[in-house]
Amino acid sequence: MKIAIVDESAARASIIEEGLAEFDDREVYILTERQGLLARIEEIGPDIVLMDLGNPSRDMLEEYFAVSRAVARPIAMFVDESDDDAIAASIDAGVSAYVVDGLASNRIKPLLDLAVKRFNAFARLQDDLAEAKGKLAERETIDRAKRILMDSKRVTEPEAYAELRRKAMSSNRRIIDIAEAVVTAHDLMGD
Amino acid sequence: MATRELTIGFLPLVDACLPILAQEHGFAEEEGLNLTFVRDVSWATVLDRLLYGHTDASHMIAPLAIATTLGRGRPPQKLVAPFVLGLNGNAITLRKELAEQVCEPGRFGDPREVGAKFKLQADAALKAGRKLRLGVVHRYSSHNYKLRYWLAECGVRPDEDVEILTVAPPFVADALANGEIDGACVGEPWNSVCVERDVGTIVLATAQIWRRGVEKVLALREDRLEAKREEVEALIRAMRKTGAHFVDPDNFDMNARVLASEKYLAADEKLVRRSISDRLVLAHGAEAVHFPDFMFQWSEAANFPWISQACWLYSQMVRWDQLTYDVADARAASQVFRPDVYRNAKSGTMGPLPAANSKVEGSVTQLTQVGTQQGSITLSDNRFFDGRTFDPEDVEGYLASLP
Repeated sequence: MKIAIVDESAARASIIEEGLAEFDDREVYILTERQGLLARIEEIGPDIVLMDLGNPSRDMLEEYFAVSRAVARPIAMFVDESDDDAIAASIDAGVSAYVVDGLASNRIKPLLDLAVKRFNAFARLQDDLAEAKGKLAERETIDRAKRILMDSKRVTEPEAYAELRRKAMSSNRRIIDIAEAVVTAHDLMGD
Repeated sequence: MATRELTIGFLPLVDACLPILAQEHGFAEEEGLNLTFVRDVSWATVLDRLLYGHTDASHMIAPLAIATTLGRGRPPQKLVAPFVLGLNGNAITLRKELAEQVCEPGRFGDPREVGAKFKLQADAALKAGRKLRLGVVHRYSSHNYKLRYWLAECGVRPDEDVEILTVAPPFVADALANGEIDGACVGEPWNSVCVERDVGTIVLATAQIWRRGVEKVLALREDRLEAKREEVEALIRAMRKTGAHFVDPDNFDMNARVLASEKYLAADEKLVRRSISDRLVLAHGAEAVHFPDFMFQWSEAANFPWISQACWLYSQMVRWDQLTYDVADARAASQVFRPDVYRNAKSGTMGPLPAANSKVEGSVTQLTQVGTQQGSITLSDNRFFDGRTFDPEDVEGYLASLP
């Protein structure tokens, strides 16, 4: 069975490759370059393509699978209604899989399970929490600014928000910028 | 205060503007909504997130919502579009040397003249044993359909005389620079990025091919729409208000700055402003050209999901996927657009509402007052460049009339 792993993160690709060691009868190909991807896939003729969900080449690859006459057997995306849970799990983990039509599902399932596990493990290693934290902080700042205005100007919460927004609009800035200014000014005044 | 949450998927394109600005300017909060955004770089991923519930709604190329409902390329899943995020806003950019052969760089030419000259180039390339290669963002995109519509009418057979392939918007400039493609039909700011990097020249706006062509929609899974009906209607109201703000020249600078920021388009603010203001620089170093309807987000009930627009997209799917026209498919495709939800959302709030759900597309050649349920709407020129009209009641006749 020929397995192509397409991932712009070479680190993640090799983590998956390592996991595939437990499968017999496998040839694993790792493709990290966007350039020339289709030609490589055509050359390899994989039975299954594992790809990170966010890979920018997905639309291109799907188009190629849909119209390509060059590949001997058509490759169907692994979106088989009967296996919806498995697909949902893989999407949650950030893996998309494309499988040659006719590849037995008992061979696909363990492969996909493994990819999901490895992807999840990789995600835990990443500190992409930073962005989520940033967003939370933004909302907290706006809430704090609203409270400051409510206390100091004796206005309701909607009025406080409207005040921030009016200021943002009239000064050509974002609400979060105004909120930050309010909070900073308040802190400086050492209330 | 804002307690109801919606998560929205998008691709970094200027026409994702309405939901983004609804959140940033507080129009969403006014409607009691808090929006969270998930940015992706391929439509396949945007669609996966929508189908598997990572997002409630998404910015989506309209034909893909129809293709998904009809089960083209994957098992069918019903999607609905209660709101059109905008009309047009895309352009055709060609490699600089090629552009010089087909138009006067720096100006929009006449689509027929540009097409005739393009045909000469395509034929010459073909004779030399090499097809011109044109990128589109997705096979199920209006970009693909408008490009093909234009080519076919100008005598270039899209599947025989040139090669049309998929290139993700952020990579169009690279693909032009390294010779992978000779041109592309893509949304903003990516045409302007090509011009700025001096790797391509904008030769036509898609608005020149169809003056009022449907572009992105807000798409949801049908069951998610039912479950979140109130939130969706609130979002529609918020986006209508955002639209009025978006088209006001006083707000161009601010909106360009917000959209260009790292968490949304991560693009150059100056380039984003070009399409927002309908003032594009078509060739590197040229003066900006004002094309008033380059993108169309608000007036003339631009966001109303006309059933006839969905029908037109289905007709093009039949045409280019070489399908047989099917009455049941046509009905399923037209039901993706949900004017009933749009009407319900706005009822008694703001903006005029058309009386009909469908119209003959491309039939308005001068200012025309149309019947409304409330308010008044004046439609202006909505022609296709070849002067054909599309009657949703006679799709087969229309298809037979096309080259």
